Amino acid sequence: MISGRVHSIESFGTVDGPGVRLVVFLKGCPMRCLYCHNPDTWDPEGGTRMTAGEILAQFASARNFYKNGGITVSGGEPLMQTAFVTELFSMAKAEGIHTCLDTSGITFSPDSPQAMEEIGRLLEVTDLILLDIKHIDCEEHKKLTGHSNENILAFARYLDEKKIPVWIRHVVVPGITFKRDPLYRLGRFIGSLSNVKALDVLPYHDMGKVKYEKLGIPYPLKDTKPLTTQQAVAARQVILQGIRDTRKFSQ
Amino acid sequence: MNNEWRTFQKGVWEKEINVRDFIQKNYTPYDGDESFLAGPTQRTKELWDMVLDLSKKEREAGGVLDMDTRIISTITSHGPGYLDKSKETIVGFQTDKPFKRALQPYGGIRMAEKACADNGYQVDPEISEFFKVHRKTHNAGVFDAYTPEMRACRSSHIITGLPDAYGRGRIIGDYRRIALYGVDRLIEDKEEQKMTTRTIMYSEVIRDREELSEQIRALGDLKKLGQIYGYDISRPANNVQEAIQWTYFGYLAAVKEQNGAAMSLGRTSTFLDIYAQRDLAEGTFTEEQIQEFVDHFIMKLRMIKFARTPEYNDLFSGDPTWVTESIGGVGIDGRHMVTKMSFRYLHTLENLGTAPEPNLTVLWSTRLPINFKRYCARTSIQSSSIQYENDDLMRVTHGDDYAIACCVSSMRVGKEMQFFGARANLAKCLLYAINGGVDEITKKQVGPKYRPITSEYLDYDEVMDAYHDMMQWLAQVYVNALNIIHYMHDKYCYEKLQMALHDHKVTRWFATGIAGLSVVADSLSAIKYAKVKTVRDENGIVVDYIVEGDFPKYGNNDDRVDEIASDIVHTFLQYIKRNHAYRGGIHTTSILTITSNVVYGANTGATPDGRKAGEPFAPGANPMHRRDTHGAVASLSSVAKLPFKDAQDGISNTFSIIPDALGKGAQVFMGDLDVELDSCPSCDGATLFEGMDNE
Repeated sequence: MISGRVHSIESFGTVDGPGVRLVVFLKGCPMRCLYCHNPDTWDPEGGTRMTAGEILAQFASARNFYKNGGITVSGGEPLMQTAFVTELFSMAKAEGIHTCLDTSGITFSPDSPQAMEEIGRLLEVTDLILLDIKHIDCEEHKKLTGHSNENILAFARYLDEKKIPVWIRHVVVPGITFKRDPLYRLGRFIGSLSNVKALDVLPYHDMGKVKYEKLGIPYPLKDTKPLTTQQAVAARQVILQGIRDTRKFSQ
Repeated sequence: MNNEWRTFQKGVWEKEINVRDFIQKNYTPYDGDESFLAGPTQRTKELWDMVLDLSKKEREAGGVLDMDTRIISTITSHGPGYLDKSKETIVGFQTDKPFKRALQPYGGIRMAEKACADNGYQVDPEISEFFKVHRKTHNAGVFDAYTPEMRACRSSHIITGLPDAYGRGRIIGDYRRIALYGVDRLIEDKEEQKMTTRTIMYSEVIRDREELSEQIRALGDLKKLGQIYGYDISRPANNVQEAIQWTYFGYLAAVKEQNGAAMSLGRTSTFLDIYAQRDLAEGTFTEEQIQEFVDHFIMKLRMIKFARTPEYNDLFSGDPTWVTESIGGVGIDGRHMVTKMSFRYLHTLENLGTAPEPNLTVLWSTRLPINFKRYCARTSIQSSSIQYENDDLMRVTHGDDYAIACCVSSMRVGKEMQFFGARANLAKCLLYAINGGVDEITKKQVGPKYRPITSEYLDYDEVMDAYHDMMQWLAQVYVNALNIIHYMHDKYCYEKLQMALHDHKVTRWFATGIAGLSVVADSLSAIKYAKVKTVRDENGIVVDYIVEGDFPKYGNNDDRVDEIASDIVHTFLQYIKRNHAYRGGIHTTSILTITSNVVYGANTGATPDGRKAGEPFAPGANPMHRRDTHGAVASLSSVAKLPFKDAQDGISNTFSIIPDALGKGAQVFMGDLDVELDSCPSCDGATLFEGMDNE
């Protein structure tokens, strides 16, 4: 069995997919999002080595709690350990457990046949993807995360082709993504996809600050205030407007 | 047939006192949602404002507004009391006015005196003299019989919270019987029981006959209580208002007679719904009126008060009465027992606002109807005032007409009662095992002089061996102290009214309890999986422990330590069972301290898990604070492994969670995107957009 590098496990996950879930946070992420609240998962080294069997044993010991939920793998960026996640999900599916992947899609490489084969195998055993689109604008995306969003959007379209159910997540940050134009454009993009089952607008919070202090990394958004629920509702409405417009025009 | 029983399905309940049979034949399960519920009436609001005002005055007065110092509380001791007679649809107070606490000295005159003195009142000297010279109390009886060893255990707090100076409580009268049968029929039944006792006068037969006479007298007084408020409760109730009132008179009589540690109500909602359904069908009352009766009933239950000392309130972190009402559950025929009345009871949390009493307890089953589950969840989020208990677990042993006394003690209503047993401090017992029976705080020899552990580092097998011996000793002292307590309580402070609302032959649960379970489990785990070094005082008594290395901690779904916890519960109950229990009691134990864990911790020295002297224990079966590091499910799973069969009196887990951690708010998270799109509200001109684009 392959072992994965696990950052931590939350036994009572209620916000990362449907129902109550066992959420496995993996180590390693190539992105450096300014608002990241888990900087302790960036480093691909370290963490606890665990096999898929060990994780499923944990799930089984509390299975009653997960009747309407399942397993979510998050991170870090879980697709940095695709082989491990594939093994975990294959074994989970064999036991009838709902599987969910929380990813940014950043590692998607349409040009690499080997990578495509690997991701294809993983998607066969994945019930739901939580796809986190950080910013719709490519240049802004670079400023925010250090990477272009080209492959991420390509991944979204690929999932659409494959008809894999997706929840789109979007963190709304004052001064960065809490802006009418990019929110609307994000909505227009989402509207063009037919596999989106839910929209999850995440208001920016600064609860990750403590971790930066511990790690001795300067906190990049120290002057940014958390987004209020009201503002998040507003942002959601703009995105929805975009979705509706796209769908209207395409009719 | 009685006119009051018109339209009811016939059954054996007509021939014998059998409320369960009546419920099963007549109740209507309700699968719908809460949309039928009615808000508070104007009268309800006005009455509740008066209660809030009195509560405020009571707080300002330092916790007690008024106390009776002269009239000894009995079922008929006081004239009628009202908030505003013209507005109350359900009536009756413990004394002649609301918020006035009654004088109840039969449990112990000293406790009654102290409760008064601490609140600035003085018991009438004649009353004090009477109970010291002429009429013995429960408390005096117990101390006449206690052994020096029991007294030592008591003062060192290895056995703690014993009901030896106050009412034991934990008995639930079947107050519904009054509504269904009327008091006369109940008296007839008791007379018949008295006629048919055995005829050779063994002491238990004599006691039986004396108790039945007491019960019959109490039922007579109950009728008089009805008359004081202008009701004839000798006959059955004729509609839901009467059914609630009759039931409440029964409960009121019980609390007028007993100041018990927990005075629970039972399982009344589905029973009362049968009357409500008939009244709705016959057009007697509207939904709004029925909700008003329920609101007024719950309001009365919220105003139940007892005279208690500050120490008592410290122990329980407040002024609890444990008016527990059990709601819902599933019948043994597979039908759930949720009715509209179940909703109405919970709805009082909205109509009157949230409150800890009555302790509304949902008997949870996976098979409860989804609409009710949703309503419970919503009400819990709004009020944080619902307690949940596992019906799927308890139904197996207790059937479908049990109720909860206090927080977790289950008993068949009117068929089973409990001898409340407080708890033994198993964490302190472990320290006694290590120190050869010497108390780590007082340094007195309290336990037996067993060989102490003298090594610098603790050895698991050696400690376990000593611990087993010490638990065995503790169980023996503990059960025998309880034998004395319950003997004396029956003798001097007998719950005649509550027992009159029981069958003749009752099952008696002999309850015991465990405090400090998670401390013990972690301590033993530390000794087994890490290294625990002892720190000794000049006389070689271990006063502190240094843990070197890490160890599995209870609360993380880790079998290595969770099994230790389960084993301890099982072992301790086995030791309890080896001892004779008073009056044929069936030994049980519980792990349920909800607030007193703070006081128990304060009286216990440092423990081998690294807990410092005086630090609070975790409540009930909870893992120790901050030691459960794998999230709620792992923590709950550890608790769920504890064997219910060994702790049938209940296992509690106190669990707080912020609503956001339970899932997404509907405002920001949107599922079923396709459906929502068609009805998307307009985005134009909303003030919500303030700040957008500018920041």
